[in-house]
Amino acid sequence: MADKPTRDGFGEGLLALGKTHPQVVALSGDLEDSARAIWFKNEYPDRFFSVGIAEQDMIGTAAGLALAGKIPFACSFSQFVTGKTLEQLRMAVCYQRLNVKIAGSHGGLSVGADGATAEALEELPHMRSLPFMTVIVPCDALEAKKATIACADYPGPVFLRLGRAPVPTITKESDPYTIGEAVIMRRGDDATIVACGVMVSHALQAAEVLAKEDIQVRVINLHTIKPVDAATLIAAAKETGAVVTAEEHTVVGGLGSTVAEVLVQHHPVPMRFVGIQDRFGTSGDPAELMKHFHLMPEDIAKAVREVLRLKQNAL
Amino acid sequence: MPTTVPDLPALRKLAVELRQTILKMIAKAGSGHPGGSLSMVELLVGLYWHTLRHDPKRPDWPDRDLFLLSKGHGCPALYTVLAYQGYFPKDELMTLRRFPTRLQGHPERGSVPGVEIAAGSLGQGLSMANGIALADRLDHRARRIFCLMGDGEIQEGQVWEAAMTAHHHHLDAVCAIIDANQLQQNGPVKQIQDIEPLADKWRAFGWWVTEIDGHDLAQVLRAYGEAGKVKGQPQAIVARTVKGKGVSFMELNPAWHGVAPKPDELERALKELQAAPI
Repeated sequence: MADKPTRDGFGEGLLALGKTHPQVVALSGDLEDSARAIWFKNEYPDRFFSVGIAEQDMIGTAAGLALAGKIPFACSFSQFVTGKTLEQLRMAVCYQRLNVKIAGSHGGLSVGADGATAEALEELPHMRSLPFMTVIVPCDALEAKKATIACADYPGPVFLRLGRAPVPTITKESDPYTIGEAVIMRRGDDATIVACGVMVSHALQAAEVLAKEDIQVRVINLHTIKPVDAATLIAAAKETGAVVTAEEHTVVGGLGSTVAEVLVQHHPVPMRFVGIQDRFGTSGDPAELMKHFHLMPEDIAKAVREVLRLKQNAL
Repeated sequence: MPTTVPDLPALRKLAVELRQTILKMIAKAGSGHPGGSLSMVELLVGLYWHTLRHDPKRPDWPDRDLFLLSKGHGCPALYTVLAYQGYFPKDELMTLRRFPTRLQGHPERGSVPGVEIAAGSLGQGLSMANGIALADRLDHRARRIFCLMGDGEIQEGQVWEAAMTAHHHHLDAVCAIIDANQLQQNGPVKQIQDIEPLADKWRAFGWWVTEIDGHDLAQVLRAYGEAGKVKGQPQAIVARTVKGKGVSFMELNPAWHGVAPKPDELERALKELQAAPI
C-alpha cells in the first residue's frame, strides 16, 4: 500500500466521526490544514471552532465544550498543543477528567525543513505524566484512523501523536485495534523490539535483516504508551530475554522509559534505547534527519546485536 | 431572569454573616486567602440570591446558569455561598483545607455540588466559559455563564486570548466579572504590573463593559440585569472592590492576601463586621 502520513489517517477518522458522533467537535489554532482537521471543518463548519493562534485558550475552550457534553478534538502541531499548554492540559483537562482529545500533528522529525522549533521530540513524558491522560502513537495512517475513531468512544483525555511525513502502511483494514492492547507484529524468541509510530516499520525492516543472520526478533507495536500493556511486555522479556525500544522521540521519558519502568519491576533484561539522544532537531529532509539521528533500521539492528551480546554474557 | 424584587437590607445582612463565616473557616483551617474572599461577597450574593437560574436541589440541572470561579483562591467565599444556598451542609465549611476534606484550598470540580470547575492555576476560567457557550449554541440551550476573575489574574495572557475568542464568536452568553480589589500577593496591582485602564481594555477587545462599585448590591444587581440584555457581545463587569472588605486591618493590606487570622484577630474582625452599619 502507498505511503501515507498518520495525520491523514487522523483527518479521515475525524471526518468519519462527524457522521457517526454528533457530539464530536473540533478546534484548531490556525493549523487545521496541517493537522487535516480541515476535512472535518469543510464538511461540518458549525462544529469547527477557530480560536486563533492561541493554544492555551484552545485547550481551555475544549475543556468548556467537554463540560457541556461535547467530544472536542483540539488539533495543532504536536509541539505547540502539548508544550505551550501543559498547565491547561493538567488542570482544565486531566484534573477535571474531561473528554478532550488532543491531536498533535508534525510529531517527531517529520516536519523536517521547518527545523528544531517545530520538531516535537519531548511530548511523551509531558503527556504520560498527567494522571488520566491516555497517550497514543499510531504506526501508520490506517492505525491512526482507527485510533481516532476508537478514542471518541474512550472516555477521558487522549493524546494522539501524529506525523507529517508519509510512512509505509504496515497494518491491514481487517486488523483489530484496541486502545491499550499492544500488537505483536512479528514473532520471534531471540530478542524483542518495542516500537511506536514510524519506528514500527523500521523495526520490521531491522527484523528482516536480523533474520538473515539467524536472529529471530519479536516486534511489538506499542501504539498505546499509556495505559501501557504491561502483560505483553513482561511476556516478551521473559520469552526473549533482551529488549530494544525504538522511538522517533527523545529517549528521556518516552516509549523506552515506559517499557523500562515496567520491566525493571517485573522482569529486568538487557535493554537498549533507540531514539533521539537528548538533543534538539534541525532542518533537513525527514529521511535525512532519521539517518542523522540514528533512527534507521540498521541502527535498531545494531542495538539488537548489542542486547544479544549482553544476554549471552549474562548466561 | 428572576422576577422577585430583591430585599437589599436582608441581603446586606446576609453578606455580613457570610464574611464572618469565611473568616471563621479560614481561621480554623490555619491558612487561606481572606482578602480576595471578602472582596467578592456582594458579587456572589447578587448572583446566587437573585440573578442565577439555579436550584441547589438539582446541581446537575442541564439548563442551570453557570458560575465559574476562575480566581480559585477565593473559594472560601464560594463554598460559604453554596453551603448557605443548601448545596451541602454548612457544618462541612469548617473542614476547609484539612485532610480528608471535600473543600480543598483551591476548588476541585464537583468535589461538592455546585463547584462547576477546578481553579487555582489562574487565567483559565474564561476559556472554559467560552467553550460551554459554544456548545450551548450548538445545542440551542439558552443560559448565562458567569466567570469571576481577579484583577491580578488578568495579567495571565490566556485571559486575553479568551477575550478575543468570546468577541470573535459573539458569545453573548458569557459575562466576565472582574473583582478589581486593587491588590495581588506582593502588593498593589498598579505596582506589580499595571492593568489599567481596565474598562477600556475590555472595550477594545470588543466587549460590552460596565464599571460598578462591587460592594453596592444595587449596582451589582443592575449590572447583572443590563449585561443580560446585551445581544451579540460578551459582557465584562468591572467591579471596583476593596480587598479584605469589612475588616479595617485587612482592607487594602497586601499582608492579608494569603494569611489566616489568629484567634484574637478573628475575634476583632467578627466584632467589627457585626458592629458596622448595614
